[in-house]
Amino acid sequence: MRGPALKTMSLIASALVVLTACTPGAPEDGSKTLKVVYQKTDSFTALETMFQAAKQEFEAANQGVTVELQPIQGNDDDYGTKLALALRSPSTAPDVFYEDTFKVRSDVDAGYLLKLDSHLEGWEDWDKFDDGAKAAGRADDGGTYAVPLGTDTRAIWYNRKVFEAAGITLPWQPRNWQEILDTARKIKANDPSVVPFNMYAGKGTGEGTVMQGFYELLYGTGSMLYDEETKKWVVGSAGFTDSLAFLKTLYDEGLAVTPAEALDANVWKKVFGEWFPNAKLGATVEGSYAPSFWQDGGSYEWPGYEQDMGVAPFPTQDGGGPGAVSMSGGWTLAIGAGTKEPDLAFSFLSTAMNRDNSLAFTLDSSQIAVRSDVAEDSGYQSANPFVKDVSELVSVTRYRPATSDYPRISAAVQEATEAVITGARSPEQAASDYDAAVADIVGGDNTIRK
Amino acid sequence: MAAQTGVRGLLRYLPVLPAVVLLAVFLAGPVLWALHASFTNAGLTGRNARNPDWIGLENYQRLLVDPVFPLSLGLTVLFVLGSAVLGQNLLGLALAVLMRRARRAVSAVVGTTVVAAWVLPEIVAAFAAYAYFSRDGTLNQLLGGLGLDQPDWLYSWPMAAVVLANIWRGTAFSMLVYRAALNDVPSEVAEAAQMDGAGGWQRLAYITLPMIRGSIATNLMLITLQTLAVFTLIWVMTAGGPANASSTLPILAYQEAFRFGDIGYGTAVATVLILIGAVFGAVYIRLLRESKR
Repeated sequence: MRGPALKTMSLIASALVVLTACTPGAPEDGSKTLKVVYQKTDSFTALETMFQAAKQEFEAANQGVTVELQPIQGNDDDYGTKLALALRSPSTAPDVFYEDTFKVRSDVDAGYLLKLDSHLEGWEDWDKFDDGAKAAGRADDGGTYAVPLGTDTRAIWYNRKVFEAAGITLPWQPRNWQEILDTARKIKANDPSVVPFNMYAGKGTGEGTVMQGFYELLYGTGSMLYDEETKKWVVGSAGFTDSLAFLKTLYDEGLAVTPAEALDANVWKKVFGEWFPNAKLGATVEGSYAPSFWQDGGSYEWPGYEQDMGVAPFPTQDGGGPGAVSMSGGWTLAIGAGTKEPDLAFSFLSTAMNRDNSLAFTLDSSQIAVRSDVAEDSGYQSANPFVKDVSELVSVTRYRPATSDYPRISAAVQEATEAVITGARSPEQAASDYDAAVADIVGGDNTIRK
Repeated sequence: MAAQTGVRGLLRYLPVLPAVVLLAVFLAGPVLWALHASFTNAGLTGRNARNPDWIGLENYQRLLVDPVFPLSLGLTVLFVLGSAVLGQNLLGLALAVLMRRARRAVSAVVGTTVVAAWVLPEIVAAFAAYAYFSRDGTLNQLLGGLGLDQPDWLYSWPMAAVVLANIWRGTAFSMLVYRAALNDVPSEVAEAAQMDGAGGWQRLAYITLPMIRGSIATNLMLITLQTLAVFTLIWVMTAGGPANASSTLPILAYQEAFRFGDIGYGTAVATVLILIGAVFGAVYIRLLRESKR
């Protein structure tokens, strides 16, 4: 009986030895490792290219340093979740990572990001960055925690062939909401098989619903989501109801896609890949990065999109104010607060974002440049015929209120649009549901009637 | 002598030690962590990410007034009853009974077809089901070929679609369990009943089913617990939509914890799910004991 028992014991003992051998030991003298986490998908490899170049450059210049690239394959939501989970524990937190501008503030609150002010002082390139873009990496305490990679704007993209067929004068520039509806109705009367003017709505398209749709409407009514002065969320605004009513008109009259199609999370793929190239869609609100899908090497290559597509700023409700509305997002690079090598990490960040790498990345992903030396480059200006138009929108653009409550508020807005386009609620009902939801999320004290 | 038997008694448990350690680390650990997190305001990011506060039962109080929670609970029950208890269980039993009577070739073809869905990894099965039920999917093309209406299944009938998909995916398991059980039913008993003049249905109801009730209870327990936890299938097909119309508890927990970054609230939903699973498990184990008597 002793024999088998001993054998089992020794087996377990050896298993334990093997297990402990798996845990990483202390690094040997001299060799250092930087862990870099970023997003990579089959249609988004620009960042991969940039980091591969930076890795080679950096490792050649810094003997004994290994840059460990850890791409995460997934859409924006999944990438954000995975990154946040990695940041929770110091042992998994990356040294340098790709960070969405609208998460910067809440991640600073969480203590995940390293304050970069002292490093930025000594970086001569920092002066070349656009002031508006720099603000995206700044937290409530005034410090800078992230370096912007690029930004984007949103505008109406329209198919010139569809518009010409309906007898609409080009270039098209609607001056208010009514003109959008008039044009859309004209297109529908001319060819009922075409979707005249689509705007994303519902929870299926997630942030796309609000960034490329609802916020263009809301901010064009003079209302807003969040009052920066009082730091309170706006409820009970007429603009909110009006915006929902506009969506209702689009969907009820069949000027947009069917509600069922709108709720499909993959509807944007059809917009870029099928409907625009096949002249089945008149217009939609989309990001300045739209050409990246159509240009050579994009996911939906479309030779001739330069001639067939047009771009126009989204108008305000009645043409007042600045006359146009746009929303901006964009991504940054940040450094983990717990990094053991802050100087090395910043040095890698500045290598990854030097002029040449920034230029290549900006061109590759159809971003709007945030560095003056990239913006002046002739390659950037002639990348596609729309660069100038969408870049000019930076002057009217808005950013999301990136507080930690924002994801829930955004979901409540998406829910309101979904209820309206499916006919479950009237715009007034959906707006009051939203008000109740906001009060629930942030507490009644943090809301303001406007 | 006594000391030696004591040592020997302890040594006897040694072989199960690795299993117990693994269970504790990978199962009990996360469960306890989730339970603890559900009493805090832990977030994925923001102020409460690294230093969450203990907030007692607040998350559970929030659950009680959240209009989505009762809906989600109802959908979970519907999903489990519809796709596991009724769908997989009855269909599996029917297939197993019929296959005993079928020709060998027919039974082999049917068996392979059914098991094929079980062999597929969950994510692959989920995409296949999405491709089948989606707007331009296989089902609608078939219906179109017959000149019938082509509803948007995932939008108009999301629960029906995910229930059917889960039946398709899971029936093989019940079928295999029942085939094994039926093979153990001695043919003499059935023959004796036949001599006494019992018809086919009577033999099934009074002879076969009572003799395999142990397997029925085991099967029910396993598929119930499995179906309670189904996430990938629903997430890929509908992501819980439209308007939460197919968000069962696992989907709700994921959305709260990771989409909205509210880990405390998400783990509270997950804890409720564990409790429901425990109740089901206890009921079935009770049934199993009684069937052995």
